[in-house]
Amino acid sequence: MIQIENVSLVRGGAKILSDVSLHIPEKGLVAMVGPNGAGKSSLLSLIGRLQPLQSGRISVAGLPVDATPSRELAKILAILRQDPAPASRLKVRELVGFGRFPHSRGRLTAEDRAVVDAALADFALTALADRFVETLSGGQRQRALVAMALAQDTPVLLLDEPLNNLDMPNARDLMRRLRRVVDERGRTVLAVLHDLNHAAAYADRIVAMKDGGVAADGSPRDLLTPDMLESVFGHRMRVAEIDGAPVVLHHL
Amino acid sequence: MTAAAARPLGAGAAATILILLIAASLAVGVGDVRLHQLTSDAEAWRLMLASRLPRTLAALLAGAGLGVAGLVMQALARNRFVEPTTAGTDQSAAAGVLVATLLFPAASLPAKTLIASGAALAGTSLFLSVAHRLPPNQPFLVPLFGLVYAAVLGSATAFVAWRMDLIQFYEIWTRGEFSGVLRGRYELLWISAAMVALAFWAADRLTILSLGRDVSVALGLDYEGMMRLGLVIVSVISALTVVVVGAIPFVGLVAPNLVTRALGDDLRRAAPWTAVVGASLTLACDLIGRLVRFPYEIPVGVVVGIVGAALFLWLLFGRRARG
Repeated sequence: MIQIENVSLVRGGAKILSDVSLHIPEKGLVAMVGPNGAGKSSLLSLIGRLQPLQSGRISVAGLPVDATPSRELAKILAILRQDPAPASRLKVRELVGFGRFPHSRGRLTAEDRAVVDAALADFALTALADRFVETLSGGQRQRALVAMALAQDTPVLLLDEPLNNLDMPNARDLMRRLRRVVDERGRTVLAVLHDLNHAAAYADRIVAMKDGGVAADGSPRDLLTPDMLESVFGHRMRVAEIDGAPVVLHHL
Repeated sequence: MTAAAARPLGAGAAATILILLIAASLAVGVGDVRLHQLTSDAEAWRLMLASRLPRTLAALLAGAGLGVAGLVMQALARNRFVEPTTAGTDQSAAAGVLVATLLFPAASLPAKTLIASGAALAGTSLFLSVAHRLPPNQPFLVPLFGLVYAAVLGSATAFVAWRMDLIQFYEIWTRGEFSGVLRGRYELLWISAAMVALAFWAADRLTILSLGRDVSVALGLDYEGMMRLGLVIVSVISALTVVVVGAIPFVGLVAPNLVTRALGDDLRRAAPWTAVVGASLTLACDLIGRLVRFPYEIPVGVVVGIVGAALFLWLLFGRRARG
């Protein structure tokens, strides 16, 4: 579904990504982890054509992202950047409604409205639907932005730290929802996550990045070991097992 | 009262105020015309069609245009404290007319407007390219930069106008006034109405633009193309106003802020009401200017400066009082 070949990126003389190749097949929840500055966000925004590709190739659903009309790509991939948080006087319903723009070009049909209502309900935003985004808390705003990305209803979903600002129940709800769009609707989700345990519990696969390259790639069980984590984060962490799943005790 | 109940009431009130203002504008003037004379007196009709109606229409068209230009400008700059008169757009337009007057003194009004629009486009592009580089968490830097930029452009233009003995023209371009409006001398402003219609048509896309480049691209919007369209709308409206009646401050700041505070930033909803409020404000200020020292007049630009500043302060501090 997402094919990344030999992608490098240099910004201001600094090498952000060096020769990254990665294939992400259709249907699955892939978590991207790694320390700050590893190049995760940059790779995500290159896939989402938010910045120009300097070298290498990226295609999504067989379409090269640097040569496909942006309008067409908007029906195939949705991307949520880290904290674009517009302090906007748009109502929550209007903001989520703009997620339908690639399909409706601004004229919402009954079907669009149904998708928007469903997204609002999914993220417990129905009661806030007529509030201005600028009056929401950080977590509520984040939920509205994720709801907007999901309302875009694309086969591929790229999320940069979707759990930002979310409290524990809302973070868990979001991960469960992502799991459901993968299992029930066959979507491909690539999400940058900082909480390794959310990755462990919900992702099919974890891609660990370090210093602009892929340091490790595999199932949560294979990847979340003390040795592997130390090599990626430079910091030894205990890994316990609860109900057969790895739990990283990163805070100890 | 709930917001839902307040809305139709507000709309009805706004429409009533606008209609009353139009009636008053048609009734007020130095020439002694009573509305009931129109049925019998041909001379009264002539005065109405040649002067009162054009003046009223000019104020409505200019006001609606300025309001919408301000709203679009705020979407482009992603800042609700900018407007064309404080961001160098009007000053660039004035510089454009000055250059046109110097180089092609015989040029027609439409030709001068075209040159003024081009200059406004260049001046506003420069403003926006700087505004987009300023840190978004410092919202007052953008209007502050705009004020300095506009002042520098304005002073440079004034200096050249003074050296070339064109300072009285410069004052006409920079101080809005409707007293000179007669049939045959305001019709270019209808192009401003076309620009307002263009803004209505592109309202959804302009709203997405106001959410920033990343969101725009993610939704498949042609970000650069839309930015250019917005720039054309703002520049042409500003240039038309400068050339036909002279720059009018504050309407582009106050009308959008009054409307978006109540209705929000969705341009599809806000733009029509911004046009109504901008037209009403401009016409009301022109009426005040005609009545205060009747039969003499105070230019609308001066009245708007006072009324607009008061309204803007009320907007700023009224919001704080309400938390």
